[in-house]
Amino acid sequence: MPKVAVGLSGGVDSAVAAYLLKKEGHDVTGVILRTWEGEEPGRCCDIDDARSIAERLGVPFRVINCAADFERKVTQPFMESYICGRTPNPCVGCNRAIKWEYLIYAADVIGAEYVATGHYAHVIKLENGRYTVRTADHAEKDQTYMLCRLSQEQLARTLMPLGAYSKDQVRGIAAELGLSVADKPDSQEICFVPEGRYAEYIEKHYSGELPKVGSFVSEDGTVLGRHKGIINYTVGQRKGLGIALGSPAYVLRIDAQSDTVVLGPEKSLWRREVRVKDLNWLSIPEPACGEPLKVFAKIRYQHRAAEAALALQEDGTAELLFSEPVRAAAPGQAAVFYDGSGCVIGGGEIS
Amino acid sequence: MKIYADNAATTKMSRAALETFVKTAEEFWGNPSSLYVTGQKAKEVLEQARKDVAEAIGAQPREIIFTSGGSEADNQAIRSAAATGRNKNRMHIISTAFEHHAVLHTLRKLEKEGFEVTLLPVHENGIVDPEELRAAIRPDTCLVTIMYANNEIGTVQPIKELGAICREKGVTFHTDAVQAVGHLPIDVGKQNIDMLSASAHKFHGPKGVGFLYVRKGIVVSNLIEGGAQEKGRRAGTENLPGIAAMAEALKEAVSGMDENAARLSALRDRLIAGLSKIPHGALNGDAAHRLPGNVNFCFEGIEGESLLLLLDDRGISASSGSACTSRSLDPSHVLLAIGRVHDVAHGSLRLTLGEDATEEQVDYIIEQTAQVVEYLRSFSPVWRELTQGKRQFIL
Repeated sequence: MPKVAVGLSGGVDSAVAAYLLKKEGHDVTGVILRTWEGEEPGRCCDIDDARSIAERLGVPFRVINCAADFERKVTQPFMESYICGRTPNPCVGCNRAIKWEYLIYAADVIGAEYVATGHYAHVIKLENGRYTVRTADHAEKDQTYMLCRLSQEQLARTLMPLGAYSKDQVRGIAAELGLSVADKPDSQEICFVPEGRYAEYIEKHYSGELPKVGSFVSEDGTVLGRHKGIINYTVGQRKGLGIALGSPAYVLRIDAQSDTVVLGPEKSLWRREVRVKDLNWLSIPEPACGEPLKVFAKIRYQHRAAEAALALQEDGTAELLFSEPVRAAAPGQAAVFYDGSGCVIGGGEIS
Repeated sequence: MKIYADNAATTKMSRAALETFVKTAEEFWGNPSSLYVTGQKAKEVLEQARKDVAEAIGAQPREIIFTSGGSEADNQAIRSAAATGRNKNRMHIISTAFEHHAVLHTLRKLEKEGFEVTLLPVHENGIVDPEELRAAIRPDTCLVTIMYANNEIGTVQPIKELGAICREKGVTFHTDAVQAVGHLPIDVGKQNIDMLSASAHKFHGPKGVGFLYVRKGIVVSNLIEGGAQEKGRRAGTENLPGIAAMAEALKEAVSGMDENAARLSALRDRLIAGLSKIPHGALNGDAAHRLPGNVNFCFEGIEGESLLLLLDDRGISASSGSACTSRSLDPSHVLLAIGRVHDVAHGSLRLTLGEDATEEQVDYIIEQTAQVVEYLRSFSPVWRELTQGKRQFIL
């Protein structure tokens, strides 16, 4: 059986993934990627947890330090994206540029053919010779959205043993094995941002100048009030605006050039067209311009895939035309396109 | 081939030290503070060890305080000088940016207690400029603490000159000599040293024992309250087997020092010359003013842990820096202090040869390191971006 480098996060999913592969007879090595360290003790505990999982499973354990590249390719662009008025999804970029890049590096170091993770998704090879990911059997945990940027080379060397499992089954297996992480809570949101307070994170870590306070304006440009700086807002946000307009107001757009945040009624958040850039193709090679493809697209992780026509443009971007309007497409988030069988066709960044 | 090349982390106990350790535990198990013969015999062993240790560094026996190791000695020296300074309303301390954490973390605490700390630059070569020390000393400076030789990059400081400046200005001078004692000739008198810390396991003695030299006339306060051992300056029944074995190891180290240093320096230079042929690598720290066995390189496009792992597979035990910080993700503060950027600092390799190293071993290390670096670069994501021009070479 082939040798596999399993990315352990210290959590229950990757632990069970490693166990399942070992049970199948693979020669498993646990790898933890060290990406960042906070002042809170939580991080070193994850490393200790990963180490004890490897010990419990009786597999070798290796640590790879990719902190310098994590800063360069994840946290720095994350902060810059907010500063440019977007709402980034750092996990999507991290998976390609850090997680897979360094897991495959670790696999090469130890002479392993494959890497594996505890993502809830299936890796499949199609008849056209290409690799893609298909949605997990238990849709509520499906993580294919986060995997839309992986390259063909990366997917060709990837195993994801949890695609057919539910979270409860995974916790059950972990409990049977006596893993101390069986009841560890699911990780929430962005790993390096404590409790989702991303604006505080940026204020603490960004070395350049932060966007200043600016104006809330209405759709017709009328100034409505002052805001705390554009990094504090995201498209679709209603809570915490600190402004009362008599009727519910939502963030419709953020303009970094003029430091303005455009507010308006909920109905203005809905639209049919979404422009997507920096495309990556999984199940098909890059399609020709013009001929629209029928797809089911997600515009954020929790979004339910909706029917749309996808048309590649001359400038290399793509236009998604949804059959029904979708709510609050936020520039910076990933848009992921699926076919009718749940396979990822490709994805990109909402522009 | 099996090569232990991490002697800066710890050394193997020498045969003589080990025998002394066992013999002392077996025959001199009495409490040195007891008045009957069994106790007094133990006391004799303790005082002989104190004499031997003192002699090895040109000190008087009463100037030696036995401690649990280098970190305790550093803490006690700095805390004592700070307490004296506070009494005289002198609350400024001078040190360097690349000290061991036993020093830096103690200073950080003192800052919270109201002291002001100036960290001198150590420049690209890893050496303090005595004139910069002179310029930094103020009327309220109570302590200068500068390490004798750096634990990561091995650079040796101009201790005698630094000490002379402190003496001239009337400031207490402490040196963390953990990496130097037993490897470089030390004479605390001639070198104008007021306080010096040492650790036995860095010169083939046991772990858990060290000493602090305190020049007569300098007041020390104790960190550990209790009995009147060590003239009331360090409470707790003495670790007699450790102390006796340390003295034995130090005598041995000093008697073979000149010969060992000359031979090791030649091997070190051979290793540096060999590793210098690896492209996009660089020696860290001054090539000449460094510990006889210390070699420290950065290789661009290399992730430190995987380099160590593959060297380990080939029988070579090495480190990427201080063993004391290997659990930390932060780049080495020493490498940052000499101006290496994060991307480069995290591909560092420290090889510290022991007295038993041979030319054949050095050649093996060179050959294996070159192979492993080339192999890792063949699939390193960082190297790929460097060769594709997506990021700039630094080295």
